[in-house]
Amino acid sequence: MSAPHLLASEGETFQDHVPGLNIFDWGPLFPSGPAWLDWFTKPVLIIMLSALVVVLFSWRAFHAPKLVPKGVQNVGEVAYLFVRDQVARPMIGADGDRWMPFLFSTFFFVLFLNLSGVIPVLQLPATSHMAMPIVLALVVYVMMLFLSIKHQGLVGYFKNMMFPPGLPKAIYVILAPIELLSNIILRPFTHSVRLFANMFAGHLLLAFFASVAWWFLAEKLTVLGAGIGIVGFLMSIIMTAFEIFVQSLQAFIFTLLAASYIGGALHPEH
Amino acid sequence: MGNLAEVTGDLGSIAYGLAAIGPGVGVGIIFGQGVQAIARQPELTNVIRQNMLLGFALTEALALIGFVVGFVHS
Repeated sequence: MSAPHLLASEGETFQDHVPGLNIFDWGPLFPSGPAWLDWFTKPVLIIMLSALVVVLFSWRAFHAPKLVPKGVQNVGEVAYLFVRDQVARPMIGADGDRWMPFLFSTFFFVLFLNLSGVIPVLQLPATSHMAMPIVLALVVYVMMLFLSIKHQGLVGYFKNMMFPPGLPKAIYVILAPIELLSNIILRPFTHSVRLFANMFAGHLLLAFFASVAWWFLAEKLTVLGAGIGIVGFLMSIIMTAFEIFVQSLQAFIFTLLAASYIGGALHPEH
Repeated sequence: MGNLAEVTGDLGSIAYGLAAIGPGVGVGIIFGQGVQAIARQPELTNVIRQNMLLGFALTEALALIGFVVGFVHS
């Protein structure tokens, strides 16, 4: 018998209110609306808002660049330099600047999708639905295959991937199938699951601590339970700060990996 | 012959605990060695941090797959 069960014994217990997969299920925003609006759910709304924010931000920052930047252009240039110097150039090389439009918009799109998990009212990271990261990862995957075959040739691509030069012959028996599996099959899977699982776990964690605070402080306030409620309340604040860090880091890592896949396709020797 | 040993309860949690061992060791090694490398050659901090995060992301994937499998299986 667990502690929460002992502390609030009569009637319902906290176990009946632990958030589970149901917090990710969002029906249509207008349940009584027309049937053709059924696709319009909360994640869809968040994705549309994020796309709008990226477009508006880039438009305001870069539509009429001045030599001496003012206002939003300052922020935009710092953001651009961050993506260029931390992601594009180290991962792709000198021609990384050509990929900046894609990397910049990917980074900020994913960042806003993630941050919607801690923005009041929205409070659902849209990337905690597998559909979103898998599409982004597939875009990068298809692009990587196309670029690899274009720059290395179909035979050259598989030769560079499975038989890198300078290794003892016997190693290739093990190396070739592992490389094939990890590059062709597992790559889009891990690329998307990494983002999805981080957001999914983070959202569950936040919801859990928030409902601990709600249950023990507001719903069933007891002398013993209040302590647990205060711990839950403090933890939900700490975890929110931690989530902001994780969300930014995951957006960065998603872009970093996309750039490294593109860079690997362009320059197979690295 | 009956069961010699049986585990009941939330198997997903146990499985995730097991799945987190390896990546936990791996992430520790990556950041430990990364910090050591930065301490030895502070002028290469940027390059080291790139590769540290890349290695961290690749290692962490295993733990996250373990986390998701529990939900998928149930």
